[in-house]
This record gives sequence, C-alpha cells and structure tokens, in this order.
Amino acid sequence: MKKLLFAFLALILTTSVFAAGADLEINTPAIASLKASMQARHGQLASHYASGAVGLTRDGLVAMHDANAVPLAQRQGVNGLVSAENGDRNALYREIAVANGHPEWESEVRNTFAQRWVQKAQGGWWYQDAGGGWVKK
Amino acid sequence: MKRIFYAGLLTAIVVLPACVTINIYFPAAAAEKAADKIIDEVWQIKKGEQKPVDQPADQPAQGK
Repeated sequence: MKKLLFAFLALILTTSVFAAGADLEINTPAIASLKASMQARHGQLASHYASGAVGLTRDGLVAMHDANAVPLAQRQGVNGLVSAENGDRNALYREIAVANGHPEWESEVRNTFAQRWVQKAQGGWWYQDAGGGWVKK
Repeated sequence: MKRIFYAGLLTAIVVLPACVTINIYFPAAAAEKAADKIIDEVWQIKKGEQKPVDQPADQPAQGK
C-alpha cells in the first residue's frame, strides 16, 4: 500500500512539473539576434511612431500610416525600415513557435505579440484596432 | 501485488493524457510573458516605467 502511495505522489509531482514548466523557450541564438536587430532599428523607428508616420498593425507588424508625416526625401528610407522590421518580426514569431516544438503556434504567437505591442506602445502612437481601423493611443 | 499494478496502470492512463494535453494547447499566459520580455528589450522599457530609456520621439534622429 505504501508503494502505491509513493507511485501516486510521484505521478502527481510529475504532472505539476509539466504544468509549471509552461514558460516558452525564447533563449535561442536566432531569437537573440532578431531581438538585437530590432532593438538597433528601434532607435530610427521611434520618431516615426511618434509622428504617426508609422503605426502598429493588428497582425503584429508595422506599416506606413501617414506618409505625409515624413519629408518626401526620407520616405524611401522609412519604407525600408518598415519592411526590414516586418521581416524581423515575421521571423521572430516563426522562431518562437519552432523553438518550442510547435511551428503551428506561429499565428497565436503573432496574435499575442500584436496585442502586447499595442499595450506597451507610448501615448500618441498609432495602431490598428480589431477591425483594421487606425486609432491613436 | 496485482492490485497495485492495476492501480498504477489506471493512474497512468488518467494522468499521462493530461500531460500531453498541457503541451498541445497554446500556453497563452506563457506566451504573453515571453512577448512582454522581448518587447521590453526591443523597446528598452525598464521595469516600473512604461517609457523607453531615451526618448528619440522628441528629437528627430541624427543626421537627417
């Protein structure tokens, strides 16, 4: 009977370890380098978020929101920043899903990020609501 | 002895699928935590404040 009790306890312990180990793996070299690249780019993008030129989309990316907020001469450069940022963001969502052994989680990772980017955005920045309309935070 | 074996087997049948279930469903809370950590680093948001360390928002980027 004692043995049975121990077996039970061991099983319960195993289950709680499974449940507690619910942290997502985000410490891979690929994710680290994407983070570094995005962090470096943010120095250039921040002023465009503030001016409203660039906004956060509902699918976890960034997009040109008000091209008129950028002088014509700089527009090309901002477009380049936006597409480079989106490349990194797409890769980041994919890498997180893959690093956790579930590539099919990519869209859920993306949705989670989409909400958190907006949540953490500064006042005055633009983002897309659930219907795709632009809203100023 | 046989009884113990069956009891163990029964427990395994009940508990093991539970472990698998936990791993199949998307861990929404953990994902949110991971997202927050990454966003804080990318936007350089320090704990306790909701603003980036430097505020390039107020001054145009250099060299432009």
